[in-house]
Amino acid sequence: MRARLRALTDHTVTALSIAATIIVVTPLVAIFAYLVIRGASSLNLDFFIKVPKPVGENGGGMANAIVGSGVLLAVASAIGVPMGIGGGIYLAEFGRGTKLANAVRFTADVLNGVPSIVMGLAIYSLVVVPQRTFSAFSGGVALGIMMIPTVCRTTEEMLLMVPHAVREAALGLGVPNWRSVLSITVKTASPGIITGCMLAFARVAGETAPLLFTAFGNPFMTTTLNRPIEALPLQIFVYANSPYDDWHRLAWGGALVLILLIVLAVSLVRYVTSRGVLKGAS
Amino acid sequence: MPVSLEKVTVHVPEIRISQPQIQTEVAVRESVPPAAPAEVSAIRKYLLSRSDSAVADRLFHWLMVLCALSIFAIVVLIAWRLVVSSQVTWDRFGLGFFYKSFVNPDTHQRIYWDPVNEQFSAVPFVYGTLVSSFLALLIAVPLGVGLAIFMTEMCPRMLRGPLAFVTELLAAIPSIIYGLWAVFVLVPLLREHVNPLLVKLLGWSGLVANDNPTGLGFLAGGVILSIMILPIISSLTREVMTAVPHSQREAVLALGATRWEMIRMGVLRNARIGIVGAIILGLGRALGETMAVTMVIGNTPEIHKSILSNGTSMAAVIANEFTEAVSDVHRSALIEIGLALFIVTIIVNVIAQLLVWAVTRGTPSQAH
Repeated sequence: MRARLRALTDHTVTALSIAATIIVVTPLVAIFAYLVIRGASSLNLDFFIKVPKPVGENGGGMANAIVGSGVLLAVASAIGVPMGIGGGIYLAEFGRGTKLANAVRFTADVLNGVPSIVMGLAIYSLVVVPQRTFSAFSGGVALGIMMIPTVCRTTEEMLLMVPHAVREAALGLGVPNWRSVLSITVKTASPGIITGCMLAFARVAGETAPLLFTAFGNPFMTTTLNRPIEALPLQIFVYANSPYDDWHRLAWGGALVLILLIVLAVSLVRYVTSRGVLKGAS
Repeated sequence: MPVSLEKVTVHVPEIRISQPQIQTEVAVRESVPPAAPAEVSAIRKYLLSRSDSAVADRLFHWLMVLCALSIFAIVVLIAWRLVVSSQVTWDRFGLGFFYKSFVNPDTHQRIYWDPVNEQFSAVPFVYGTLVSSFLALLIAVPLGVGLAIFMTEMCPRMLRGPLAFVTELLAAIPSIIYGLWAVFVLVPLLREHVNPLLVKLLGWSGLVANDNPTGLGFLAGGVILSIMILPIISSLTREVMTAVPHSQREAVLALGATRWEMIRMGVLRNARIGIVGAIILGLGRALGETMAVTMVIGNTPEIHKSILSNGTSMAAVIANEFTEAVSDVHRSALIEIGLALFIVTIIVNVIAQLLVWAVTRGTPSQAH
C-alpha cells in the first residue's frame, strides 16, 4: 500500500514537471507564432525605406526608427564595449583574487540588476538636463552603460578559459605584458568576447524604458546626435498603444524585425559556445 | 602570431620589475592548476620581472583598472543624481511619501496622486508593484522549479539542449515585445475566458471582482511578468541543482528512494538556499520591469483589493508620466519613486547574489 502510494507520488511529480515544461514552452511558441503571422504580412519594401505617414493615412514604414536604432546602438557600443572589455581584462588578468576585483564583480552584477527605467531617469538628469534637450547621444549613453556589466563579465569568463601556457609562452618570447594580454590572450578568447558583446547588443537593442526620456522619439529621419531620435522599440510602444489598425500592423512588423535580430544574436552565441572554440582550453 | 622572432634575439631584456611583486604572486596562486603550482609560478614571476616595458605595462594596467573602477563610478553617479533630483519631494513630503494619503476637501475622497494640486504619495505604486510581483512569483516559481527539475533529473539528454535554448530565448525577448503580445493576445484571452472563470470560482473571496471589463489590471501584469521572470528562476535553479554532488543522489537512491524522494531529499534539500536566491533574483527583475507592465496594468493610481482591477506600478508611473510631468515637484516625485526602486532592487539583488554564491561557490561546475 505504502509502496504504491510512493510510486504514485513519483509519477504525479513526473507528470507535473512535464506539464510545467509544456506550460513554459507554450507562451514562447505563441509569441513567435503571432510575431511571424502578424509581422510578416506587414513587412514589405516600404517598411524599410519610408518614414511614418501622418495619422489617418495608411502606409509608410519605420525607416527612421531602424536608422535611429542603428545610431543609438553605435553610440552605445562605442561606450559599452571598450569599457566592458577593459573591466573584464582587469578582472581576469590583473585583479584576480584581490578584494577590488571581487568588489568590481559584485558591483557589475548589481548594475546588471538596476531597472532600465531607473537608468533612464539617471541619464535624464545627468545628460539631458545639462544639454537642455532630449538627444540621441543621451539615449546611446544610457544603452552603453547597460552593456558594460554583460560585456565585462563575459570577457572575464572567456579570458579565464585561456590556458596559462599561452600567456607564459608570449612572455617567454620577450613580449611586453600589455602586448601579450591584447594580442595573445584577448585574441585567443576573441570569439567568446565577441559573442558576449553580441549578447549585450541584443539585450539593449530591445530596451525601451531608458529611451523614453533620453532619445524621446522623432517621427522624422535624423542621424544628428544632439537631437531627439526614434528607435524601433520606442515606435513599437507608441504604435501598440495607438488606436489605429494600420499602426498596430507596423508595430507587429517592427517587433518581428527586432526579434529576428535578437534570435540571430542568441543563436550565434549558442553556436559558438557549443561548438567549443574555447572548450577544453582550460 | 604577431610576435617577431627578431625582437627576441636582438633584445636582451634587463632585469626590471614591471609589477609589484605581491600582485604577481596572487595572480599566479589563484590561477595555477593544482597539478604543478610551484613550477608555473616561478616561470611567470621570472618572466614578468624581466619585462622591459615597465611604463607601457603600468599604463595599460591602470587603464584597465580605470575601466573597472568606472563601474563603481556609474553606480555612485546614478545614486547621487537620483538623490539630488528628488530633493524637492523629499523636503516637502519626507518619509510620509511612502505611506500617507490625502483627503480631497471637496469630495472627502481619499486620493494619492494629484499632480494638479501637487499632492503626491507613492502608496498606490508601491502596492501595484508588490501585488503584480507577488502574482508573478506565485505563477513563475512552481513552473520554474518544475522546469528545472525536469531538465536536470528527468529529461532525456536529447531534449536538454533545445529546452535550454528555449529558456534562453524567453530571456532574450525584449520587454516591449512581451507587452505587444500581452496587449493583443493575452489581455483579450483573460477578458474573454480566464477572468469570468476566476470570478465564478473565487468571487466569494473578494480578491477577484467583476468590475473591470477591459481585461487589463494586476492579473494581466502579473501573468506577463511571470513569463518574463521564468527563465531567470529556472536557469538559476538548474544551476544550483547541478551543483549538488551526484553522491548525494546516489546515497538516497541506494536507500531505496523513488526518484521524487531522491529529488526532494537529495537535491532540493541541498539546493534550497540557492533556489531561494533564484526566486529573489526573479523578484528583483519583476520589481523593476517596466514596459510590458505599463502596457497591461491599466495605469490608474488607485488601490483595489481585486486583482482584476486596474492599477499601476512604480516603474509604470515613471514611464507614463515623466515626459509629461507638469511641475518640478511632479518630476521630483517620480524621480523619488525611481530612487526607491533603485534602492529596493539593489538590496534584493545583493541578497540574491549572496544566496546563490553561498551554494555554487566552491563546487565544481560539472558535478558528474
